[in-house]
Amino acid sequence: MTTQHPARTGPGTPAVLTQEVHERLWAALRDGDEYAASGVVMDAVEAGAGVEEVLLDLIAPVQARIGAEWAANRITVAQEHSATAVNERVMAALAHHPAHRPPPPHRGRITVACVDGEWHALPARLVAEVLRRRGWEVGFLGAHVPTPHLVAELHATAPRAVALSCSMPRHLPVAHRVVAACQAAGFPVLAGGRAFGPDGRHARALGADGWAPDARGAAEVLGSGLAGSLPRPAHLPVEDLPHLDDQEYTSVTRARRRLVKETLAGLEDRFPPMRAYTDVQRDRTAEDVAHVVDHLAAALYVDDDVLFTGFLTWTADVLTARGVPAVSLDPTLDLLAAALPAAAPRARRILTAGRAELAAA
Amino acid sequence: MTSLNPAAAALFPRGAAGVALREAVPTWLAKAHDRLGRASAAPHARPPVCGPVGDLWFRAAPVPAGDGSVTWWLTDDTARHTAERRLSEERRQAAVLAEVSGALLATLNAERCMELVARLAAEHLADAAVVVAPAPGRGLPVAVAGPDGLTEYQVLRADPEEVPGLEEALRGRPPSPETVAVDPAALPGWALPGSLAGPVVRASLTPLPGQGLPAGALLLLDTGASDGARDARPGPGFARLFAIRAGAALSAARLHAEQAAITATLMRGLLPPALSAVHGVEYAGVYRPSGASERVGGDFYDVHPGAGPDDETLVVLGDVCGKGLEAAVLTGKIRNTLQALLPLADDHQRLLGLLNGALLTPANPRFATLALASVVRDGPRVRLRVTSAGHQPPVVVRRSGAVEEVPTRGTLVGAFHRITSTTVEVVLEPGETCVFFTDGVTEARGGPMGDEMFGQRRLEAGLSRCAGMPVHTLVDHVHMLAAEWLGGNDHDDIAVVAVGAPYRTNPEEGTTA
Repeated sequence: MTTQHPARTGPGTPAVLTQEVHERLWAALRDGDEYAASGVVMDAVEAGAGVEEVLLDLIAPVQARIGAEWAANRITVAQEHSATAVNERVMAALAHHPAHRPPPPHRGRITVACVDGEWHALPARLVAEVLRRRGWEVGFLGAHVPTPHLVAELHATAPRAVALSCSMPRHLPVAHRVVAACQAAGFPVLAGGRAFGPDGRHARALGADGWAPDARGAAEVLGSGLAGSLPRPAHLPVEDLPHLDDQEYTSVTRARRRLVKETLAGLEDRFPPMRAYTDVQRDRTAEDVAHVVDHLAAALYVDDDVLFTGFLTWTADVLTARGVPAVSLDPTLDLLAAALPAAAPRARRILTAGRAELAAA
Repeated sequence: MTSLNPAAAALFPRGAAGVALREAVPTWLAKAHDRLGRASAAPHARPPVCGPVGDLWFRAAPVPAGDGSVTWWLTDDTARHTAERRLSEERRQAAVLAEVSGALLATLNAERCMELVARLAAEHLADAAVVVAPAPGRGLPVAVAGPDGLTEYQVLRADPEEVPGLEEALRGRPPSPETVAVDPAALPGWALPGSLAGPVVRASLTPLPGQGLPAGALLLLDTGASDGARDARPGPGFARLFAIRAGAALSAARLHAEQAAITATLMRGLLPPALSAVHGVEYAGVYRPSGASERVGGDFYDVHPGAGPDDETLVVLGDVCGKGLEAAVLTGKIRNTLQALLPLADDHQRLLGLLNGALLTPANPRFATLALASVVRDGPRVRLRVTSAGHQPPVVVRRSGAVEEVPTRGTLVGAFHRITSTTVEVVLEPGETCVFFTDGVTEARGGPMGDEMFGQRRLEAGLSRCAGMPVHTLVDHVHMLAAEWLGGNDHDDIAVVAVGAPYRTNPEEGTTA
């Protein structure tokens, strides 16, 4: 099967989950039509696809397509949110369908949560459903879980492990605090989600007790000994990431407000038409600059240039799809470099890598 | 052996000239001598050796003579050796104790804490360990850890009398405050982990002292299989230190669980309700208290369903001045008062007047702002009568993406004797939504610049992009916009409620019109 969307189907995809089924679910989600979407999913289950396969080989790839369609400017952000919400509700309906109930739990409890600030709940929900179907008792806390709430929940319910989801790399510094907080409370952490890198390098760097690339992998890692093990003993962030000792991450996050303001002022000087921007356009530009600063900070935190260059490539694609030339990112990087604190060799190295990436694109 | 001086003769009574060395001196010394013979090619490789002689510890230094014979000079090193051994034992104990304390301090869950105590005891004190907690009338909570480190927690229907001395230890009347030996033959099956290498040859019971009440008891089991490794285990006094720490940790965990249960019970009435569709109208709400560790605050909302599909449903969203638990307590009073006033809900002005009177007591220095709506389905449309009492007026999100503020104004409640307000009628077409919110959304400070207010303009721009969204998605979207704007900054309580006219009707349910 050849497809234009890489994340669509895996080699083990059941025969029932054809390209046509995928297209039908996508069309229903794009229209925000919950009933049509539920129909596609229930039909697939009734035609013989397992619930886990429907979750991971139909719902998950279509969700990836929703994000890709937004990035390509083929659907609006509101359509993206509606489609995602409908997809989540369809999942919930499937999970609670009386004919497809998971087995009664016999393997202990796992808490599944997204880090504070992370709004992409669907990957975590997929993990929660797959774990339920494999016999775990699951406490699903959803998106954007305040860390004190998560820790209180752990003390109250004593799960065998925490499955922690983080999709956006700029949340990695927060993810690190959450990992450490769970471990300090005595619970091992399995990290998952796009933010931790395709090979899980950031999960290791942040000291998580385990990492899995997807929901099936998460079930395997938990089943093969992570659940119920002792976490790493309590420790300080700098023990995981010795490079933080140079204070560059701290100085860039502390200067965030100034960096954004000075970069915006510089952009206005270079592009006089910006002065005539509407409030909405001005907000959007400021958000873009703030995102660049946040990703620079996150790249400094885990000391990984690829985190930053990957973000720039993605942003360039998003801008190009909206008719904005990607070269417009160059002056932002220049101005940001000029506004950086004096001694910031790592930040300069990361910005240089970013400029090289844009030039190569 | 060619000769020995009087001191050596006293030390080695069987030593005499002509006796084979290995018959007169300990093996370690005889072997060192043999090695010396083999290593004669390397004359400086003759380090002194050490070893026991009876109860003493000696250091022996070889000095070769030219004729191939060797003189061994022995010095009594017992005092130093004993001190060194004690020191390393103390260091090992301190390291284990630090690890144990760190692990036990971390957990505030009683079940997890019992498992940890059992696991750590099985790791450092014995082959296997069983922790039993006192729980009168609710079964016997037991954590069993085997030599493989696997721990199982269970609440058993077992009698503590099955283990001699256990009942007394759990009641705080142990035969001795210290460890007592237990006859291994008397142990019940539940106290024996399956992973033991053989039958238990030694067992002991240690009470775990708690704070006032006993925290439990620790049963240690040895099969003798790892007796060779027993030297690597901390000394007997260590079990007592371990028991004190384990008891303190278990007591703290149990105390925390009790307090958390009390808080959860008291808090239940103050938490915002879960909203769903009522009489063909969709409702959704989000709530985020100001403090990251808080569950409740000064914002509140309720949806009181009408008796039937043609009766009005009352929606209330409000904000009490102040934050945290004290404000939350007043929201509870207001919510209870409004519940009692529901029969009068068709007249918003009268309802607010009565609520105002109830709040105007000298004991209550706080005031509140409210937005009320009486909602009823009318064919495919939804009709609302909306009244603001000093609260930000709600906004209507039209299918076109237009966002309109509902022009209702009024006086806040709980501050003045005389209050006034206006009620405005709103009609929602299918897919349209009326959004109520508190100032925690519009006054959120942050954004790319870090210090700007989110403001009505950005809220309306965000809502404009939500045209046609289901209400649950819409409130989550507003919550996300505000939280992203805050970016981790401190904030006021945030509450959002959406009332929506369904865009599509489930074909299986048919139209409710």
